[in-house]
Amino acid sequence: MKRRVVVTGLGALTPLGNSVNQTWESAVTGKSGIGPITKFDSSSYKSQIAGEIKNFDAAQFVNKQELRRYDDFILYAIASSEMAMADAKLTIGPELSERTGVIIGSAIGGLSTIEEEFELLLNHNNPRKIPTFIVPAILANLASGNVSIRFGAKGPINCPVTACAAGTSAIGDAYKTIVYGDADIMITGGVEAAITRMAVGGFSAMRALSQRNDEPQKASRPFDKDRDGFVIAEGCGIIILEELSVALNRGARIYAELAGYGCTSDAYHVAAPPPGHEGAARSMRIAIKEAGLNPEDIDYINAHGTSTPLNDLYETQAINFLFGEHVKKLMVSSTKSMTGHMLGATGGVEAIFAVKSLHENIIPPTINLDNPGEECNLDYVPNVSRRKEINTAMSNTFGFGGVNAVLLFKKYSESQVSEE
Amino acid sequence: MTLEEKVIKLIVDQLDVTKEQCVLEASFIDDLGADSLDIVELLMEMEEAFGVEIEDEELEKIVTIKDVIDFLKQKGVN
Repeated sequence: MKRRVVVTGLGALTPLGNSVNQTWESAVTGKSGIGPITKFDSSSYKSQIAGEIKNFDAAQFVNKQELRRYDDFILYAIASSEMAMADAKLTIGPELSERTGVIIGSAIGGLSTIEEEFELLLNHNNPRKIPTFIVPAILANLASGNVSIRFGAKGPINCPVTACAAGTSAIGDAYKTIVYGDADIMITGGVEAAITRMAVGGFSAMRALSQRNDEPQKASRPFDKDRDGFVIAEGCGIIILEELSVALNRGARIYAELAGYGCTSDAYHVAAPPPGHEGAARSMRIAIKEAGLNPEDIDYINAHGTSTPLNDLYETQAINFLFGEHVKKLMVSSTKSMTGHMLGATGGVEAIFAVKSLHENIIPPTINLDNPGEECNLDYVPNVSRRKEINTAMSNTFGFGGVNAVLLFKKYSESQVSEE
Repeated sequence: MTLEEKVIKLIVDQLDVTKEQCVLEASFIDDLGADSLDIVELLMEMEEAFGVEIEDEELEKIVTIKDVIDFLKQKGVN
């Protein structure tokens, strides 16, 4: 029989709050976490707005040495993992150590450290001044590395770098690691801290970012007719996955079951999705099939919904194609309307939104949806969250390079749905 | 500020330790929780602060706070 995987702990830092509870509270009340960029002087940039993490005190989680050594993305991952482990009431003793793994994805890694230190290097033209800690501060897999050290997790370790799908790729791979029997517990999710000159300038150069600088809180407007690009953001979402019997034996609280993961590639373009987004539809279909369900069984999709003209249109087309008549009963919302686009962290945080929506029976809204865009004909849960009993929730994320990653969570019940 | 006080201030700024822990005999690795990367980083700070250059071979000989101070004195720092 297939090993079942459940979610037992959640931890997050987002533009909406420095914990899962604060983030969730803000999301269900439809608040925006977007504001003017404070991390650097953005006055000469086309896009001057972002979803920044606010008032985060890393010293609560790490000592002075670690604070100096780590890039923000590592600090966010450590803090969120601490919160997730505490939420799961889990400590990794010697008996669990080798059966516990870590897979935390990031699109970029320590970009702000790269930029700052390279600037110093150029200014002083002295390679002797390159700090000792730069390499382990910037490598994307050092979120996973530091978290494994912190908790003594000696099982499988990895770091998918699949752009904006990285968090979802991580959770999907962690899920399979448990299903295949290579581990019993996985600390997994996504992290990003890349509100930097290079990232904002680079995404702007691609015309990917919103330029609604005078109304930051209205700039991220997925599926709206006046959407003009995504709003860059940072964040971290970490979940604890456990093999069902391990979770039951230790009396863990089970938030939900992770029942399916679909991953496909567009093989089309480095950045743009193809019209109709067939790969996205295929990923959703694979996740649904793996869970032993049918499209009609899906109640809620936390969409990728970036607020770019192309993504929102083609994701809508993919959902229409796959679900047909069932779209009338299907709720689809984009929490990026509130968080902005946290790049590699988005899959981690949106998995948490999907899990919370199942656990609380509340669907977070798509805010700033005043007039749906052309062909945007789904129930996007506009502007106000909805209380509704649901049994299944999917999380879509798509990344540059043509990555389409989809997770399917369902309410946990003791009986196993029979598979074909 | 004496040389000793300056060195200890740099150590306290850099490592997760108090001034009281920084006795002369304290070993960076065994007593002050540093690793080899911390020591290199610390000596880079010393180079900057005291205008000296520390070669890699010299670095390996540094174990305690006293070693740093002796080394700096040897280089003519007061």
